[in-house]
Amino acid sequence: MQTTTLVIVIAGLSLISYYTGRTRAQAYRLDGRLLALPNQYGYLTAMWSALPAIILLLAWLAFEPGYLNDQVIANLPAAAQQLPTEELALLVNNVLLAVGNGGLSPDPVIEDAAAAYLAAREQSRMLVTGLILLLCLSGIIFSLTRYLTRLHARKRVETVIRWFLMLCSGVAIVTTVGIVLSVLFEAIRFFESVPILDFMFGTTWSPQTAIRADQVGSSGSFGAIPLFAGTMLISLIAMTIAVPVGLLTAIYLAEYASPRFRSAAKPTLEILAGIPTVVYGFFAALTVAPFIRDLGTSLGLSVASESALAAGIVMGVMIIPFVSSLSDDVITAVPQAMRDGSLALGATQSETIKQVIIPAALPGIVGGVLLAASRAIGETMIVVMAAGLAARLTANPLDAVTTVTVQIVTLLTGDQEFDSPKTLAAFALGLMLFVSTLLLNVVALHIVRKYREQYE
Amino acid sequence: MNASVTEDLGTSSVTEFDVRDPDRSTQVKGFEGTIGENTLDNPKISTRNVNISYGEKQAIFDASLDIGRNEVIAMIGPSGCGKSTYLRALNRMNDTIVGCRVTGDLTIDGEPIYAHNMDPVLLRARVGMVFQKPNPFPKSIYDNIAYGPRIHGLTRTNAELDEVVVTSLQRAGLFEEVKDRLDAPGTGLSGGQQQRLCIARTIAVSPEVILMDEPCSALDPIATAIIEELIDELRANYTIVIVTHSMQQAARVSQRTAYFHLGKLIEVGETNQIFTNPRHELTENYITGKFG
Repeated sequence: MQTTTLVIVIAGLSLISYYTGRTRAQAYRLDGRLLALPNQYGYLTAMWSALPAIILLLAWLAFEPGYLNDQVIANLPAAAQQLPTEELALLVNNVLLAVGNGGLSPDPVIEDAAAAYLAAREQSRMLVTGLILLLCLSGIIFSLTRYLTRLHARKRVETVIRWFLMLCSGVAIVTTVGIVLSVLFEAIRFFESVPILDFMFGTTWSPQTAIRADQVGSSGSFGAIPLFAGTMLISLIAMTIAVPVGLLTAIYLAEYASPRFRSAAKPTLEILAGIPTVVYGFFAALTVAPFIRDLGTSLGLSVASESALAAGIVMGVMIIPFVSSLSDDVITAVPQAMRDGSLALGATQSETIKQVIIPAALPGIVGGVLLAASRAIGETMIVVMAAGLAARLTANPLDAVTTVTVQIVTLLTGDQEFDSPKTLAAFALGLMLFVSTLLLNVVALHIVRKYREQYE
Repeated sequence: MNASVTEDLGTSSVTEFDVRDPDRSTQVKGFEGTIGENTLDNPKISTRNVNISYGEKQAIFDASLDIGRNEVIAMIGPSGCGKSTYLRALNRMNDTIVGCRVTGDLTIDGEPIYAHNMDPVLLRARVGMVFQKPNPFPKSIYDNIAYGPRIHGLTRTNAELDEVVVTSLQRAGLFEEVKDRLDAPGTGLSGGQQQRLCIARTIAVSPEVILMDEPCSALDPIATAIIEELIDELRANYTIVIVTHSMQQAARVSQRTAYFHLGKLIEVGETNQIFTNPRHELTENYITGKFG
């Protein structure tokens, strides 16, 4: 049977199991004391039917290809089995192709193997279908026994659900750990060829390594300082724009704006957060950067056509909604009693905001700003399109600078070998970027949590 | 102010006066004007024919009441009778509620409270307010008290400010308890101490009138007794209007009592007389506990 059919069968049998379990429990409830609600007995028996069957199905899906492969190889002539691994794999692949053609092939060896494959597949499917039916039916049979009513169904169902929830939260954690570890191991490989101190404190970034021994001009210098300096410069420009604008927006929306204006303005602002960053990238590269260059030229300044200023400004606009939305939330969360208390002392609204509301909301605001900052540091698309590639160590916002994220992208795009320091450098950069944004996030979350405790 | 103001007032009249209940406020039977001594000679605050409404719903109907100098007047009545609404009209705290409208003649020392040239900010410095739930700012005890004098520029030197803080705390009967920890956060005090801190904060700006909106309803009996004693002492320097749900409290602290019922000012009189010999049937029913 096909997998989808099996899934439908499992679902149907579980449903039957649910109803029999519930009916059984209901019937028992009439003449005895039940430990849980009939529904919960239904869920329990349904789980009894479905869970082992689903686990079996998943295991089969995972192991079937490997098992069939082995069957094919075992059925090949002895001469073929002696082939080197690559050729054997090619042969097996041909067998699989033949299977796709209905088992027909000009080569009798392959045709035989395909027939063996099909037979093994048929056999394993029959076996699995039988087992699944057996497991499902055992659930139904279990639901009919007297033993069922002596169980505490709710506790068992809840245990299963708790394990399921734990599994789901585990997915996120395991993924995070996996990403960190894979980046970490690649970074360690990089640090085997480039000393970690040279990487962290070197001031020259020129990742072109020589492919041939006699190649000229490709020394391969991996000093990350210019990249981090560029990232900091652009993030700083972005924050100088986003923090004041976002904060003042939040104050206006939370304290002054009429409900009607607020209900229109807030979603509009949040649309800003929904614009794909690549679109911001166009905007930065095609509109803002040329505008700043022309403006600078007319003032007699020399402005690079991919200036840090252009990328920073656009990134700042992008993160305004982060700052304003989070700040608005914390300002609104300041209890009305604070405002009343201040106003009743004869304070004006602006004195109230400056001296009571903002100090009370400050931890939350700082948290929001730090979250926005880590977002700015990790932002990629805008800087890829609008910032330059030259790793220059400068504090002049009119120069072209490059960022960590831009370099990671350029190091890894295209056909690359993953054993040269050039590509491995991307992982080291990624690791450092990850650590710095992680630190910012930890600080931000800590501050936000501290704030939450204040009014409870 | 934001949209949620009307929803989470907590202490305010919106919770007391249920605006969703239609026609509730027109059901007072046998009401033919306020009974008792609602007017005075040379009052501190005078209100005549006050009507207050939230949007479509009227909360106070045609109330006229004078508040004398250096007296404690208690406002009593069942929930939703509009006593808090009336109280908040006296220092224009109702201004912050969207859709609230106040009409009638309200004056303080003869100056109209709702005139165009009356700045509500300055008015509130003269008519301070203490709320139901203690609401100290998340600042130090010292800064909580110094907040008002600082924004009004009442003191020129730090020494003067220190003195204002100390006197205010002394008058509120809190100084002895907190003198060693003026830098500690005000939110760390107990409920009763917080409420006395709020009273001290109000006193620090030297108001003429103090409005108290159920100041003891969130406090335990001991803290309540301390605050009641304090109210009695404060009478020497201030006029105090107190809204309370506790009739015993009204009887203990006030000289005059006003009884509100469904937005109407039913009866005003000497506290003794109100509690021993009420003239209106509704007042009698309320103080004898037939409803409320």
